[in-house]
Amino acid sequence: MTGFGTLLATLLSHWRRRPWQLLALVVGLAAATALWSGVQALNAQARASYDRAAAVLGGDRFAAITGPGGQAVSVADYAALRRAGWRVSPVLDGSWQAGGDRFRLLGVEPLTLPAGAPGGGRIGTEADLVAFVTPPYRLIGSPETLARLPAGAWATRADPELPPGVLIADIALADRLLARDGRIDRLLVAPEQPGGLPPPDTLTGTGLTLTPPDESSDLAQLTDSFHLNLTAFGFLSFVVGLFIVHSTIGLAFEQRRPMVRTLRALGVGRWRLTGALLAELLVLATVAAALGMALGYGIAGALLPDVAASLRGLYGAELPGELGLRAGWWLTGFAMALAGTLVAALSALWRLHRLPVLAAAQTEAWYGAQLRTLRLQAALAAALALAAAALAWRGEGLGAGFALMAAVMLAAVLALPPVLALVLTLARRRARTPVAEWFVAESRAQIGGVSLALMALLLALSVNIGVGAMVSSFRATFLDWLDQRLAAELYVRGADAGQAAAMTAWLQDRPEVLAVLPIQSVELSRGGYPYFLHGIRDDAMYRESWPLLQAAEAPWDRVADGSGVLVSEQFARAAGLALGDRLTPGGAGPAWTPEVVGIYPDYGNPTGQAITSHARLTARWALPPPTRFAVRLTDGATPQVVAALNQRFALGPEQAVDQAALKAVSRQVFERTFAVTLALNVLTFAVAGLALLISLLTLAGMRLPQLAPLWALGLTRARLARLELVRALLLALVTAALAVPLGVLVAWILLAVVNVEAFGWRIPLRHYPGQWLQLGALAMVTASLAAALPARRLGRTPPALLLRVFSDAR
Amino acid sequence: MLDVQNLTKRYGALTILDGVSLTLGAGETMALVGESGSGKSTLLHLIAGLDAPDAGRVVLDGRELAALDDAGRAAARRDLVGLVFQQFNLVQSLTVAQNIALQARLAGRHDAGRAARLSERLGLTGLEARFPEQLSGGQQQRVAIARALAAAPPLLLADEPTGNLDEATGDRVMDLLLELVAEAGMALILVTHSPRLAGRLRRVERLHAGRLE
Repeated sequence: MTGFGTLLATLLSHWRRRPWQLLALVVGLAAATALWSGVQALNAQARASYDRAAAVLGGDRFAAITGPGGQAVSVADYAALRRAGWRVSPVLDGSWQAGGDRFRLLGVEPLTLPAGAPGGGRIGTEADLVAFVTPPYRLIGSPETLARLPAGAWATRADPELPPGVLIADIALADRLLARDGRIDRLLVAPEQPGGLPPPDTLTGTGLTLTPPDESSDLAQLTDSFHLNLTAFGFLSFVVGLFIVHSTIGLAFEQRRPMVRTLRALGVGRWRLTGALLAELLVLATVAAALGMALGYGIAGALLPDVAASLRGLYGAELPGELGLRAGWWLTGFAMALAGTLVAALSALWRLHRLPVLAAAQTEAWYGAQLRTLRLQAALAAALALAAAALAWRGEGLGAGFALMAAVMLAAVLALPPVLALVLTLARRRARTPVAEWFVAESRAQIGGVSLALMALLLALSVNIGVGAMVSSFRATFLDWLDQRLAAELYVRGADAGQAAAMTAWLQDRPEVLAVLPIQSVELSRGGYPYFLHGIRDDAMYRESWPLLQAAEAPWDRVADGSGVLVSEQFARAAGLALGDRLTPGGAGPAWTPEVVGIYPDYGNPTGQAITSHARLTARWALPPPTRFAVRLTDGATPQVVAALNQRFALGPEQAVDQAALKAVSRQVFERTFAVTLALNVLTFAVAGLALLISLLTLAGMRLPQLAPLWALGLTRARLARLELVRALLLALVTAALAVPLGVLVAWILLAVVNVEAFGWRIPLRHYPGQWLQLGALAMVTASLAAALPARRLGRTPPALLLRVFSDAR
Repeated sequence: MLDVQNLTKRYGALTILDGVSLTLGAGETMALVGESGSGKSTLLHLIAGLDAPDAGRVVLDGRELAALDDAGRAAARRDLVGLVFQQFNLVQSLTVAQNIALQARLAGRHDAGRAARLSERLGLTGLEARFPEQLSGGQQQRVAIARALAAAPPLLLADEPTGNLDEATGDRVMDLLLELVAEAGMALILVTHSPRLAGRLRRVERLHAGRLE
């Protein structure tokens, strides 16, 4: 064996004698890597799917022509545009049900389709083209999508590049399947057009609108906040896992101080030794990272259904049911694990590198409470708290919100050991019996040893409380808001103005119908910020149910007479509007500057909104007749009205939506969105529990010299074990008590700062003491479980082992 | 073999060694005696390159330690010096056999036969697979001596090697140490405050208040 090999083998021999410590290191790092890489696998999978979808379906990258208000285009208008020289291609895009499953069906006309347009390049060879455009036609989809179709019902062609849930068909087939009856959803405009073309709206006189290419609706951008949320949790779990690694490496390195001193005395140079320690760490980190990556893959696989459901519900993004393995994911995972290990080991490695060869050979008081360290931690915590206060006072932007969160959490974590020391110092004054005095003094001395694990526990607990409070506040507010905003019993949409008018007339004749309220809007902008101005017909429904965050005197009267507008919270924040400010919406007629008379919440809507009266809206803008309506019905009348509507007008599945179904879908989307967050929360908590177990296990082995004298003085081993258990529970209890205010603060930052900066709306924080008690109890159970094994081992320590503490020959 | 010139070492205002000079030829043995705090261990540490002097020089087998960097001093220690401490300083996670071979392996001159012979001579046969914590104090010190001798260094520095042992065990350990040093033709500096032990070596130097008397 070479000199370096001998050195490495000598260093590694430490772990052979302490398998628990090795297990702690490997499990800690594997857990950290697993949670991080699991989340990254999900994100990578989603992003790859978006890329696939964008490559195949990226229609928004082309200009499009639609009817007024984004409605369908008639075949006559299409023909007029083609005759005038416009290079446009018709597209049908809709939801189609087959065999109990829903698909996104894209109808294209391959001969006019511009290169790179949705479905473009996916038809195949010339023979495939013929089969595609002639009966019985062909449906093209990914193999997994085609497998969901009723067997043998359709001629198909598999294209693995297509995103899941998407089918492409010739426009003639799609027209039949989607029951469009000649209506075209949009006309894609080829990038190259002949010069001197007349504008579409003047050409046909039917209010056609040319929409420029829109990069902003790219799925990847829409879902960024969702993935940021996941990444933040993955990173938090990674940090909690690193606490274990840091703690274990710190302990192992401290225990090896005598070995290091001996090796140095035997002629091993400082740099060579540091290099060997580094090599040893890298070997261990690589093994742990490989385990962690495998575990992470499993976690990602388990969470994928919920993530897929959230993305589908929130953004309509489809994810395949199986995870792919990507080289980038492996490399990033390994790099994070190795970098994390180095960061966690840096201070211990530096201390050993700087260790004077003549330093005392004994193991340093690793677990002793060091006043200097406590003071330093307290000073750093105070400095971070000041920085957090400054950020809360003057910080702006999402970055400042996250910095505030980081400063608060770091300050709290650093303050934990000094606070525990303070609590125990106060307790010492009240201790009366010798055992109680010893118990408190020993607990204080142990703070150094378990502080990292307790910090991890504090972090996990407070994040659980914070996120729990956020989700619960969100849920309660969201449900209240849904009840208020979806006050009408039924929402209907006519396929065109004619059908809408017929439906309105029919509805108004029915005795169960209390009111038919039109929903119409125009898109405007204020200072470059786009918003929709909605017109509503004055009705008790709005006056009684519509939620307002702030309101001036008689806001609904002011809206009804046109002198006031209501604005959404997002719009108010983005455009800097407050009550009393004035808008200048424009439109035809004399100058109109309505006053802002109310601000209302509009959760989850990324675009701004304002509300005026319907009469005012239609007077200033030449809008086509309304096609969407909210319908007020008498109690219990909804099912028969929906059934009668369907029978009378043969409505599509989304043309008549009753309030209860809409709320149920919204609730379902909400619950699944937060299911992933809560699952990650639980996993983070489990890792923190593991950190505590490992700390207590490793400490237990070092505590014999402190416990043996007590045993010699007459305390039984069982009593000593019980005292150790009580100590762990007390430390966890104080930590849990500190976690409550910290968790509430975290929730406040998430709701009042991060959410407002990211999405423009604020949710009132609600408190849930029941949840806190539950989490506190969970922390106690975790601490009990973590302390039980070391206590049991202590209770069964053979007397001979305790006697050796007193032996000089040791 | 060893040339020490005007060695001075201070810790703050306290002068531990004050212009100490001595030489030691190959195979020569010397006892360094003196009361506690006289600077015996400090002198040994300076000779081994474990610490740096404030003034003076140590030349070990032609290598001036002050001219070497940390790696150079470590190499000199590895190649030229065997160390035996009062506290044994064995690697607790290595077996007896591994501890004995450790320095020789690090120096790249491990000789399994020599290690086995040393084990046998020092009465460690049968204990090779044990860990240090499973040995008595006398056994641990014999392992430490075997480790120092296994690398066959030209100079052995022993700092109170029997200080932690009872008299009978200490005597047996010393007998073996001197016997093996003589056989290998090594130079030896033995730090002790026992006149009886010092008397067994060819030369005795006394340190008093940081100076050789």
